[in-house]
Amino acid sequence: MFETLSEMFSYGFLVRAVVVGVMVSLCAALLGVSLVLKRYSMIGFGLSNVGFGTLAIATALNLAPLAVSMPVVVLAAFLLLRISENSKIKGDAAIALISTASLAIGISVIAMTTGMNTDVCNYLFGSILAMSHADVQLSVTLSIAVMALFVLFYNKIFAVTFDEGFARATGVKAGAYNMLIALLTAMTIVLGMRMMGALLISSLVIFPALTSMRLCKKFKTVTICSAIVSVACFFIGVVMSYLHAIPTGASVVLVNVVAFFGFWLAALLVLRRKGAQTAELGAERLERMVE
Amino acid sequence: MPQIICKNAAFAYDNAIAVSGLDFVVQSGDYLCIVGENGSGKSTLVKGLLGLMKPAGGSIEFGDGLDSNEIGYLPQQTVVQKDFPASVYEVVLSGRLASCGIRPFYSAADKAEAEANMALLGISGLRDSCYRELSGGQQQRVLLARALCATRKLLVLDEPVAGLDPVATQDLYVQIEKINKETGITVVMVSHDVKTAVAYASHILHLKNRQAFFGPAGDYAETAIGKRFLGGDSDV
Repeated sequence: MFETLSEMFSYGFLVRAVVVGVMVSLCAALLGVSLVLKRYSMIGFGLSNVGFGTLAIATALNLAPLAVSMPVVVLAAFLLLRISENSKIKGDAAIALISTASLAIGISVIAMTTGMNTDVCNYLFGSILAMSHADVQLSVTLSIAVMALFVLFYNKIFAVTFDEGFARATGVKAGAYNMLIALLTAMTIVLGMRMMGALLISSLVIFPALTSMRLCKKFKTVTICSAIVSVACFFIGVVMSYLHAIPTGASVVLVNVVAFFGFWLAALLVLRRKGAQTAELGAERLERMVE
Repeated sequence: MPQIICKNAAFAYDNAIAVSGLDFVVQSGDYLCIVGENGSGKSTLVKGLLGLMKPAGGSIEFGDGLDSNEIGYLPQQTVVQKDFPASVYEVVLSGRLASCGIRPFYSAADKAEAEANMALLGISGLRDSCYRELSGGQQQRVLLARALCATRKLLVLDEPVAGLDPVATQDLYVQIEKINKETGITVVMVSHDVKTAVAYASHILHLKNRQAFFGPAGDYAETAIGKRFLGGDSDV
């Protein structure tokens, strides 16, 4: 095990990928709890598709991919949020529209410039080789910013997630915090997209939160637990992808699926034991009553 | 002292008037019940009181040093809350958020206030329980404790007993009365349950997309509209 790890980390690109991946998984897990609870899970998916489109255009124009994607995806996040709040157009339909449109634009641009090749596959399903030194620096800086903002606004994010109406009524700028959540999500998704792939990055947002919600009962423990689950799953996923030559994104998602079912089973067992205990207590009480 | 002064106020959605001709004054320590049929403008008025909607005409003013941020609000439950993983303490404490301002974390005073309000409503024992696993009545108590955390002056309750069983309903009414009597906090409650409203409230405001009645609860039972609403349960 140790030998495998030391062998893995002798490759510079793998070290870079793991550093960026761990940071992005942490950010995604923290934000994911709020997004899943607010029923915004699909926004992450929509944003990554927008990211794919912008990435394709940036590559075609020979521009820095992150610098172009970031503002466009942030803009798309604001737009999607607005649409979901507006009851006249349903949010899920809007996301489907924007996702497919972005995918189509991206594919067309790639086909017109470089032709259909492995590049498309890398964009869609991720590549561990994608991270340069400059990317690592930018990713680490932005990830730290995302985490710092999350911690600073933790109480506000909780209030806005649990009950927006109450938060608004007591004078909390709920709209601004929704924007903040969307902004942080957009940043996280752009950062993680090239490694995890446009089609798989949203799993980093959704899985850890849902997994930890099986067992945890407090918002704080759900948040902490999903951060741990997310980082652990990412790390195991990278090792698996190295050992079995699976694309990293897919391998991380598969580990997350296993973790989800693991937690789900554990929750069932806890529930059953609790049921047994209450039954025992009931039986004891009955016995005492009989005596 | 007058706390809420409504002067010929009207509220509208996209130019369609929802409720108009609102002319009433709520004194500090009053217990006002807003009654009326579905779509009569009750929830709209609540939004107006909370500052979520601006009056289309007339005005709503607060007196007695009440700031619009100092209103404790008990909203109707949302779908999101049904499976929300949060402890009772986390939910109650979040009521202190408005008083935090730009300060990112809760102070010791905020935490003490949350504990005190949990004790007041008899839910201290549930402090670390999961909100979604509580009964409907317990959940309403938690939300009431949160609302108390946000105010010392005015509670606005939007159909607090909707979906509760008779025992929990009675229990919640007693709690609300206790808060109103013991702490002197003004209570404004929207309710479908007119009979209980008349029994507990000091004043009644009956809406029919306009102000059909406003006055002491005792007088309400004597008016034609009150008699019809109280007597003919079939059309309530």
